[in-house]
Amino acid sequence: MNIRNSMPFIIPGLVLLFLIGLFARGLFLDPTKVQSPLIGKTVPTFSLPGLYDPTKKLDQNLLTGQVSLFNVWGAWCVACQDEHPVLVAFAKTKLLPIYGLDYHDDRQAALAMLDKGGDPYTAIFDDASGDVAIDWGVYGAPETFLVDKHGVIRDKLIGPVTQGILDTQLIPEIRKLQAEAP
Amino acid sequence: MIPELGHLALMLALCLAAAQAWFGIVGGQRGDAVWMSVIRPVATLQALFVLSAFVALAYSFLVSDFSVQYVAENSNVLLPWPYKITAVWGAHEGSLLLWVSVLGIWTLAVTWLSRHLPQEFAARVLGVLGLISLGFYLFMLTTSDPFTRLLPAAEQGRDLNPILQDPAMAIHPPMLYTGYVGFSVAFAFAVAALLGGRMDAVWARWSRPWTLTAWLFLTFGITLGSWWSYYVLGWGGWWFWDPVENASFMPWLVGTALVHSLAVTEKRGAFKNWTVLLAIATFSLSLLGTFLVRSGVLISVHSFASDPKRGIFILAMIGVFVGAALTLYAWRAPTLARGGGFQPFSRETLLLLNNIFLVVAAASVLLGTLYPLFMDAFGLGQLSVGPPYFNAVFIPVMAPFFILIGIGPYVRWKHGDPKTTARTLRIAAVVALLAGILSLTFIHAAGFLGLAAGVLLAIWTGASAFIEPLTRLRQRMQGRNVSFARATLGMCVAHFGAALLVLGITVTSVLGVEQDVVMRPGDSITVAGYDFHFDGVHGVQGPNYTATQGVFQVSKDGAPIATLRPEKREFASVGNETTEAAIEPGLFRDLYLALGNSLDKGAWSLRVQYKPLVRFIWLGGIFMMLGGLLAASDKRYRRSREAEGTDPATVEQV
Repeated sequence: MNIRNSMPFIIPGLVLLFLIGLFARGLFLDPTKVQSPLIGKTVPTFSLPGLYDPTKKLDQNLLTGQVSLFNVWGAWCVACQDEHPVLVAFAKTKLLPIYGLDYHDDRQAALAMLDKGGDPYTAIFDDASGDVAIDWGVYGAPETFLVDKHGVIRDKLIGPVTQGILDTQLIPEIRKLQAEAP
Repeated sequence: MIPELGHLALMLALCLAAAQAWFGIVGGQRGDAVWMSVIRPVATLQALFVLSAFVALAYSFLVSDFSVQYVAENSNVLLPWPYKITAVWGAHEGSLLLWVSVLGIWTLAVTWLSRHLPQEFAARVLGVLGLISLGFYLFMLTTSDPFTRLLPAAEQGRDLNPILQDPAMAIHPPMLYTGYVGFSVAFAFAVAALLGGRMDAVWARWSRPWTLTAWLFLTFGITLGSWWSYYVLGWGGWWFWDPVENASFMPWLVGTALVHSLAVTEKRGAFKNWTVLLAIATFSLSLLGTFLVRSGVLISVHSFASDPKRGIFILAMIGVFVGAALTLYAWRAPTLARGGGFQPFSRETLLLLNNIFLVVAAASVLLGTLYPLFMDAFGLGQLSVGPPYFNAVFIPVMAPFFILIGIGPYVRWKHGDPKTTARTLRIAAVVALLAGILSLTFIHAAGFLGLAAGVLLAIWTGASAFIEPLTRLRQRMQGRNVSFARATLGMCVAHFGAALLVLGITVTSVLGVEQDVVMRPGDSITVAGYDFHFDGVHGVQGPNYTATQGVFQVSKDGAPIATLRPEKREFASVGNETTEAAIEPGLFRDLYLALGNSLDKGAWSLRVQYKPLVRFIWLGGIFMMLGGLLAASDKRYRRSREAEGTDPATVEQV
């Protein structure tokens, strides 16, 4: 058997090696790190009823003046229920206000969840129709946006916030933003 | 207790699979008669153990044993019992158990139906199957054990994903997996042939019925999946080119090439290297499909729970299996003798072109599916590749392919005669041209040229599929004793199915009407000549959901046709909504109505669609499957051992 003749038959193996390398690389890319086109932009303009008091309208001006988190959640969403105790504990540190967007939800179910698990939010917008969530580019709940003092979105997290994400990523980012000039 | 028994059965199956691989491959290589004599009992026992593990999990679902984590996550007391069984494969762990159980059934079939094969060869085939089973058992037991207990037990299960609570979805995965897994038998035959250094017409004849059977199940599985997405997802689309669909379509395309290439190897002893490579590629793509669907590399951002450990394991498994097979291939292939030569105009040439078109089509789907990953892996940004890419690449490849389907069966092996072929096909050509010209009357429709081209190709393919059966029938009526092999009939039926598919796709894409409207109770609208009157909405209580149901009266020219009741269902246990479209089905057109959102003052947004010939798409799939069934059951494949080993040149010509 001569090497020259067997060259073409090695090609399929090389193709396989290339594809496997590609997949191995792909496995270590985080699918939740989809960059939002909204990063670096001012928060969308909106006005929604508050969850506790529907007669009171709340708007995007709440999100300016200090660094804040904007958390999209719903009582129907299993991952949000997992995330909830983490947010409640984090809110007790009073590092920054957390605003909630109750997304595509039943008001009573949302209130029941807060009653049972505690309320980490400074204020909650009731987005029953999901229209405001569309403006924020929300794919699903939970999603969390980090908003700076000028009301500019600086980061976005898809999926539940965990204690690990808080300690290694969010809290350092928040402190950096809080140190920026007003 | 039962889940523990299931777990134990899996572990025993793992040990037996290891023995099966060892005795089969090593025994086959050493020609050790004692070792080879234990392979069948070991393989049978291995399959029975994995099937009992499956039964154990199904039982846990039926009795709602929520102390099993997988059951608690995918079932619910209120779930109707047939869905409790189908919930077994509703998520990752159970679908893997289904995968290995289907492999167990294929293994049983091979043990029973391989007695006419030489002992070494059958042992090697079963050994390779044992190795594949071993890989999957290791995968399950280390990363995805379906029998893990949940302590304390849950009081109530989370319920099966509502979009999976549907009859078509219940049988879609088993059919698809039967196809996927069946290609592992074709792979095992190829590897066994490489190990033994014997790749000839006889090997191809042994391999053909298995490959055809796998192919027909995959065809049926994909057809069901398409039908399911049509009436469940609520958009009226029947193919989305999403990665999960592509994952099943790629092995289908390459598997179709393999079915045709095997014919050449069997009849003419040619294309051996290529056929073996296709068998390896088809199985690799089946594994790749499992990887893509299970690892989360391509799945959308919503797969929060994707676990890289699983992906790494499947990837390693692909690397080991396919890498070993390709190494063996690189070693053996150069030594193979070339098969019979052929002229430029011959059936071999046409089948070679068939293979090239199918492989190019599969490669273009692979490229489109992996391109986003490719860009991301090299830090070039994130993007997604959608239907425009696939349509732009796929249609130009498929158009010449369909011209060939019509010609191929009417060209002789080795040395064809263009004049004879042209004379045989002239009627089909005239009919197709007439149909194409007639469809130009839809000149007002956007894309009418595409319509004419699609109709022409479909009628051409369909008409040519009739020539062979009609000729044989005429000869018989003249009293001549002509044989008509089932394999040939199967080919004609499958090609006719392909014609129906193209006709359905073309007509529904070009002439279909789709309107998004807002209606209040009492309103009427007219779409494609049909009047839809909105009576109103009311609530409906299902076993594990509540629904809002709209009622619509459909009529044409004042004559009532149907009452359509589209629903939006809300599943309390998972807080999920599904859209149940209402469809008025017909062989020649579907009327499709889906309820959107409730707007102010009782108004609803709606999607109304008129879909002509949409059923031909799935009918085409069913015809292709039937063709495969006819071909696989040809008596030629059931010959006894004495008949084996015949020289390919003397084998009866189809």
